[in-house]
Amino acid sequence: MGRQDVTLLIGGEAGQGLVTIAMILTKALVRSGYYIVVTQSYQSRIRGGHNTFAIRISPQEIIASRAAVDLLVALNAETIHLHQAEMSPENLILVDERFAPGHDHVLKVPFQEFASDRTVNVAYLGVLTQLLGLNDAVVFQALEDYFGAKKPEVTAANREVFAKAIQWADDQHLPDTVRLAPALSSQPRLMLNGNEAIALGAISAGLKFCAFYPMTPSTSIPLTLQAAADTMGLVVEQAEDEIAAINMAIGASYAGVPAMVATSGGGFALMVEGVSLAGMTETPVFIVVAQRPGPATGLPTRTEQGDLEFVLHAGHGEFPRAIFAPGTVEECFHLSRQALFLAEKYQTPIFLLTDQFLADSYRAVVPFDIDALDAVRVGSDPAAVPTPYRRYAFTESGVSPRLLPGLSEHLVICDSDEHTPDGHITEDLTVRQQMVDKRLRKEAGLRAEVIPPAYVGHVSPDLLLVTWGSNRGAVLEAAALLKAQGKKVAALCFSQVWPLVPGHFLDHLQSAREVVMVEGNALGQLARLIRRETGFYIPRHIRRYDGLPITPEYILEALASGAGAVR
Amino acid sequence: MLDVSIYGNYETAWCPGCGNFRILPAVKKALAESNLAPHQVTFISGIGQAAKAPHYLNANLFNGLHGRSLPVATGARLANHTQPVIVESGDGCSYGEGGNHFLAAIRRNVDLTMLVHNNQVYGLTKGQASPTSDEGFVTKAQPHGVFAMPFNPLAVAVALQANFVARAFAGLEDHLVAMIKQALAHPGFALVDILQPCVSFNKVNTFGWYKNRCYVLPDSYDPTDWPTAMVTAHEWGDRIPLGVIYKNNRLPFEAHFACLQEMPLVRQPVSKAKFQELLAHFQ
Ligand SMILES: Cc1ncc(C[n+]2csc(CCOP(=O)(O)OP(=O)(O)O)c2C)c(N)n1
Ligand code: SF4
Ligand SMILES: [Mg+2]
Repeated sequence: MGRQDVTLLIGGEAGQGLVTIAMILTKALVRSGYYIVVTQSYQSRIRGGHNTFAIRISPQEIIASRAAVDLLVALNAETIHLHQAEMSPENLILVDERFAPGHDHVLKVPFQEFASDRTVNVAYLGVLTQLLGLNDAVVFQALEDYFGAKKPEVTAANREVFAKAIQWADDQHLPDTVRLAPALSSQPRLMLNGNEAIALGAISAGLKFCAFYPMTPSTSIPLTLQAAADTMGLVVEQAEDEIAAINMAIGASYAGVPAMVATSGGGFALMVEGVSLAGMTETPVFIVVAQRPGPATGLPTRTEQGDLEFVLHAGHGEFPRAIFAPGTVEECFHLSRQALFLAEKYQTPIFLLTDQFLADSYRAVVPFDIDALDAVRVGSDPAAVPTPYRRYAFTESGVSPRLLPGLSEHLVICDSDEHTPDGHITEDLTVRQQMVDKRLRKEAGLRAEVIPPAYVGHVSPDLLLVTWGSNRGAVLEAAALLKAQGKKVAALCFSQVWPLVPGHFLDHLQSAREVVMVEGNALGQLARLIRRETGFYIPRHIRRYDGLPITPEYILEALASGAGAVR
Repeated sequence: MLDVSIYGNYETAWCPGCGNFRILPAVKKALAESNLAPHQVTFISGIGQAAKAPHYLNANLFNGLHGRSLPVATGARLANHTQPVIVESGDGCSYGEGGNHFLAAIRRNVDLTMLVHNNQVYGLTKGQASPTSDEGFVTKAQPHGVFAMPFNPLAVAVALQANFVARAFAGLEDHLVAMIKQALAHPGFALVDILQPCVSFNKVNTFGWYKNRCYVLPDSYDPTDWPTAMVTAHEWGDRIPLGVIYKNNRLPFEAHFACLQEMPLVRQPVSKAKFQELLAHFQ
């Protein structure tokens, strides 16, 4: 018995310990064998305001968050007021008894009876352990791990409060409204969010250098790298600005190590000349753009998919690139690796577009098969190149053997000016044209390695939902719900948005009776790109740009209300 | 000492009589006397007339963007801190477009040698004011003369207690060679600001103008005395001091990294065992 699907939302002010409770609980859930999808929504402030941390939990695999809340943990009265309308029919609200709201399903807890202000988080965890039916030892261990090595008195005090909270909960004969069905798997899993997965994927591929300037929601990538730097042998440097960051990464890459930068729209705007430099000098560089709503400073801590066209066109002049847009945390890991491999192989900037929702969304991830995770081999064999070495030797593929300065007697000469094959500045206009052609020939290689969009569902559906990046879970779940209602439906999810290879998806678009594009922006940027590349016009759109992620409910409601018709 | 001829001799795109023609051989000489064969040194340059200089000798070179040579050099040096890295560019590139990087590079103190061809003007873009142009300097872009106070790179570097701060003059070759050699040998960030006449666009600060004013600091000058260095760095006008103005001995940036003690990043393998351990933290 128990619930197969519970969405828990913890809400309160920044600084109230909301993230502490949520992180410990999430870890305990993952260790207990549950699947989770976390949605974090916070304001751009360190104290006060209203923040939420939602965890959808199930013993079955889940891929999307849900808008409806089953268990609301209200750290203040305002949270109840703000989220009452989102409550599902079978719900419960957990609140400190000091806020006395008039609501049917409220569980009021006398926290001050068994916890101080310092230990109230521990008390919340005790009550939640019982409400959800978790193993208290697992939760307490997660709590101990979270706080790290503490003085024995502190551990003892925490243990006492935790036990009292559990005892209190037992005495109340709590309702089993949100009690979870037992987990099915005991296989160890990792608790990872999208940004951590990007960082780990990069490390596994041999990343050695990252430069960054802090900008939400990208910062947890360099911070994850920095935490691993001493053990894994990485240099992670906070640059003086984003211009410096990308130029440092290019310098490190030129000297022979896989290198990356991570930023958000505004910071990326500053990097743009550097993108072009990487294209011209044919220097591998991996660029992560974690999107948040713009223009300008926009909504710093919210989500959006508004930078596809920007990243696609960033950098003056013409040069090849690839852009990944992972739809899951696992894809964040694998596409981060793929980006570093392609950057080295094609000696050009490779992008990964993520967003605040995916960046902060924790999931339970099956550990990666480490034996299969080879690292990028940097540079060519100095013994295998003809003398004199020419950094930009013309080749059929457009890719020239890349040597590393100082590691052989060959000289490695790169230039941001148009250059001769030996890397020196030139204004010979014939060479100019040959060099443009050489650089652009690399695009054929990149196209041959494009990851086709995932197609799931009926072969000739009445409705085809198309999307990219982090909406993948919401779209797949919406499609599954429609199918359960007897609809002929399919979903097409892009996790690489450039280059586009029409042969991978045009048939699907043409075989569906109706195609609906689902995007987290106001202009329908991928739909426009698909039209540009294939001529296929998608008339109907579901778009979201209020700073919140697209959910299955959002899609179903938009479809039912007929929203998103031609405009 | 190596033979200077190994650095080659190339045709340049500079105007006849340009001060850059005096700097290029001095750089080659300093490399030869420092026993750095072409493959054992990496130049990073920006954009401008000065930034073309490393194209005219044999060495590794990354000729990047206008203003961005320092961050590229920082990345290159951190990736391989066994390879000497020389940054070479003009005053506009180094102190104007790249001003923020200049401040950060001094503070970071990565072991780089920065050679700035300071002609007090934008040469390549045909004669606009640069950050080091004197007040009142008239150009087509500043027809009423420069209103802004000149940027004093040496005073800024001394104020930030850079590891090595020197001034040289393109017209005094042996001294220039000595300054470059000392900068190469000094650990941490080393700046050599080189006064370089631009015969086409700076008709004020000519060879003669500099020659009449420049003097070499006496042997008795103590470059480790910071207050004196601050005063010396501000000396400009009738008399212009040449030499090592300030020296410091802060640990180079790269020496702080535990992971760089054994070998440079570029030679380090990726350990699957360590990665496995890292993943365990996320369980
Ligand atoms: C981003 C950018 N802005 C402007 C330019 C044009 N530009 C090229 S060189 C230069 C100034 C060069 O002055 P300086 O660095 O003093 O070098 P010099 O030519 O005097 O040796 C400018 C403004 C450019 N190449 N890139
Ligand atoms: S413009 Fe000035 S700096 Fe440039 S080459 Fe001519 S003289 Fe030299
Ligand atoms: Mg100049």
